[in-house]
Amino acid sequence: MEEEVKNITPDERQEYVINMGPQHPSTHGVLRLVVSLKGEIVKNIEPHIGYIHRGIEKMCESITYPQIIHLTDRMDYLSAHINNEAVCLNVEKALEVDIPDRIKVIRTIMSELTRIQSHQLWWASFGMDLGGLTCFFYGLRDREKILDIFEETCGGRMLVSYNCPGGVMYDIHPNFQKRVKDFIKYFRKILPEYDQLLSGNVIFHERSKGIGKLSLEDAISYGVTGPTGRASGFSCDVRKHEPYSAYDRITFKEILHTEGDTYSRYIARIDEMWESMNIIEQLIDNIPEGPFAVKMKPIIKLPEGEYYQRVETARGELGVYIISDGNKNPYRVKFRSPNFVNLSVFNHIVKGFKIADLVAIGGSLDLVIPDIDR
Amino acid sequence: MRSIINYLKEIILGVWSLLKGMKVTGSYFFRPSTIVTQKYPSNRKDLVMFDRFKGEVVMPHNEKNEHKCTGCGICELNCPNGTIEVISKTIISEDGKKKRAIDKHIYRLGMCTFCALCVKTCPSNALAFSQKFEHAVFNRALLIKTLNKPGSQLMKGVE
Repeated sequence: MEEEVKNITPDERQEYVINMGPQHPSTHGVLRLVVSLKGEIVKNIEPHIGYIHRGIEKMCESITYPQIIHLTDRMDYLSAHINNEAVCLNVEKALEVDIPDRIKVIRTIMSELTRIQSHQLWWASFGMDLGGLTCFFYGLRDREKILDIFEETCGGRMLVSYNCPGGVMYDIHPNFQKRVKDFIKYFRKILPEYDQLLSGNVIFHERSKGIGKLSLEDAISYGVTGPTGRASGFSCDVRKHEPYSAYDRITFKEILHTEGDTYSRYIARIDEMWESMNIIEQLIDNIPEGPFAVKMKPIIKLPEGEYYQRVETARGELGVYIISDGNKNPYRVKFRSPNFVNLSVFNHIVKGFKIADLVAIGGSLDLVIPDIDR
Repeated sequence: MRSIINYLKEIILGVWSLLKGMKVTGSYFFRPSTIVTQKYPSNRKDLVMFDRFKGEVVMPHNEKNEHKCTGCGICELNCPNGTIEVISKTIISEDGKKKRAIDKHIYRLGMCTFCALCVKTCPSNALAFSQKFEHAVFNRALLIKTLNKPGSQLMKGVE
């Protein structure tokens, strides 16, 4: 630290350095930002991560493949189901297991429900970051309906642990289809309310339009994926480009916007909720009959080699890279988490904006800190 | 002149957008049927959790104080974080053979991550999840539980 102080140039001496986080309500977790200010203008931010590092990748090396699943729940806890799916798909790909259609459809419906509930929580907290406390209550009220569906079928609300290599843990609950249909009917009526509350609000427009512009070139060179990347026009939807599970049998459109500012990132996520509901409606009535899990060996051993599988979580592209040496434990596991990459672009887009915009831009990136630290 | 009109237009549109949002929140004020808040501690009596809710691991016993656990230790092997410890003993059964049985099935609730692998992989379905979710205690030692009841035996017909 002392060296850093000595090397400050006279120009930098004008800057006022403040510490935001790790305990700050608008960083949505334990992210610490060292913010250099000149007056009210943000000059530079330096994210400090590692406050919730649990060493999940290292822990994976000492446990078996079915046991990895419950750890991936705790990375990006808002898209827990999709994280589970990524590991399962990778293990199944390595073992060359044929997965019945029923499992694929169940997984896809669950993934899309996860995506909706994640975006609902994001909408709720984003509204709260910008000063609209009502959004928080409304978002969480509707999210509760999806969590009830999860609780009835999976037994868990957020950390579902519903997937296992070869299928899912339990068959879907008899009430599942009815509940999901009820939810979609309900949410199609509620989602326009979100627009009336926040999307059309003049204060919200002033605070989000033209703020934190991310160009297409930067989005590609930083590797920003998910709704954040697609708001800049970067076509990066893994569901579309490399379909997994049941995404190849349904029609949906990839949400693309070109502005790349905070507002278009907001609209991209709202549109994704509509699109996710379309996907669920196509699948919910024709879940094929069949087993809910393929019989796997009690001790799963992957053949020697390297395996990679990517999926689209609510925040972007999650990659799972497994190196196996033929034992029941993986030799090395690496997660390419979308949040870590999306955080790297934060400093680039926040420069030159006011300190209040820092909260808006950070909220629109939708960072989940446990996924950054793992 | 035009700038003044635009200025006024902006104000009116701004107020209109605020009123639109107020209309949504205001309409809920007159629709008490849409309230979803549960009065939690006072509704505890008629609060029913879903059947599959993962509250804590239990070992169901029948009325004769018999359980299905054979002490094979598969749950212990499958547990990712050492929550379960099966302490087994050797007993001599009625026909004079040596047999393995459980002495204590120790379950550390404080370490459990509710991944359901123990319940799922048990070959004799001896474990289950209960719907109890109020786990707070004042002493951490109370979270270490012995699942088999004192004096319990293996159910007949379970191998």
